[in-house]
Amino acid sequence: MSTHAHGDHHAHQGHGHGGHGGHGHVDHDHVEGAHGTFGSYMTGFVLSVILTVIPFWLVMTGTLDNTTTTAVILGLAVVQILVHMVYFLHMNGRVEGGWSMLAMIFTIIVVVIMFAGSLWVMYHMNHNMMPGMTTPDMSKLP
Amino acid sequence: MTTTVEAMHGGHAGHDAPRDATPPVFHVRDEHAHEAGSTALGFWIYLMSDCLIFAVLFATYGVLGTSYAAGPTPKELFDLPLVALNTAMLLFSSITYGFAMLAMEKGRTAQTQGWLAVTLLFGLAFLGIELYEFAHLIHQGAGPGRSAFLSAFFTLVGTHGLHVTFGSVWLVTLMVQVARRGLIPANRRRLMCLSMFWHFLDVIWIGVFTYVYLMGMLR
Repeated sequence: MSTHAHGDHHAHQGHGHGGHGGHGHVDHDHVEGAHGTFGSYMTGFVLSVILTVIPFWLVMTGTLDNTTTTAVILGLAVVQILVHMVYFLHMNGRVEGGWSMLAMIFTIIVVVIMFAGSLWVMYHMNHNMMPGMTTPDMSKLP
Repeated sequence: MTTTVEAMHGGHAGHDAPRDATPPVFHVRDEHAHEAGSTALGFWIYLMSDCLIFAVLFATYGVLGTSYAAGPTPKELFDLPLVALNTAMLLFSSITYGFAMLAMEKGRTAQTQGWLAVTLLFGLAFLGIELYEFAHLIHQGAGPGRSAFLSAFFTLVGTHGLHVTFGSVWLVTLMVQVARRGLIPANRRRLMCLSMFWHFLDVIWIGVFTYVYLMGMLR
């Protein structure tokens, strides 16, 4: 907090020299964004508990059929990751002047391409294997 | 840190102003302003690269997760109540770390240390439960060498556990630092980095319990 105060103070001094207003604002937003409040942490925590209990309950009780359950728990996981990003990691478009967000979006794109690509390619490779060479059949061999 | 840099800048501006007026001053200011503020961004980029490591391990598990080699399937192995307990431990440790950060912002050293200690206990409880689970699996003959599914499982969950282990070591280190030097700016910055690391591990765990444990039970 004191770092923040210094940064801001000097940024305002910087106006005298000219051209540093932008920096002051970036710094300000970064520090503002980097800290939560008791309320925001508790909101994140309560949401996380709800978003954790529902998928465990769905799978343990088997209320819905498997396909629906899979879709629902994947959806809830994505929502919970967003909740953690916003309430615990304090992610928003202004942190570090948007560079954190940019790095994250880039990472998400790479991860999605790599993850979906791997599953897609390997699924089809498994299908195109000759009969008798797929894993379940292999296991029956002596 | 910022204060020192700015003080230096002030001196420079005073001395050099007549000779080479503004441009060098701008340069120095800019560079140092970045240096002070960029730790968080640098650490964030490290976390993103760590995210890629986990993404690769998730993809590996996704591809090999059904190759049981006639061995045990997730349904026979996973103990959901235990996983739920583990998830709770990590979630509690996340919120208590949040409280430590709030105490740190208010400059309350003892309170910060207290919440960090609670966080450490939850982290260690998580590790204890995970090690118990691993030992139990290996004891059942479902070790990492049993099938491709179990290799991928142990690699993914084990890598996460290793991260939590190193996070705990880091946490102890910072508690010693805070005990010795108090909440100086350097320690605040370190605590902020560990907070990102710790919350990031909780984010990865969301993926683990959803994709590995819960979806494993549905197969």
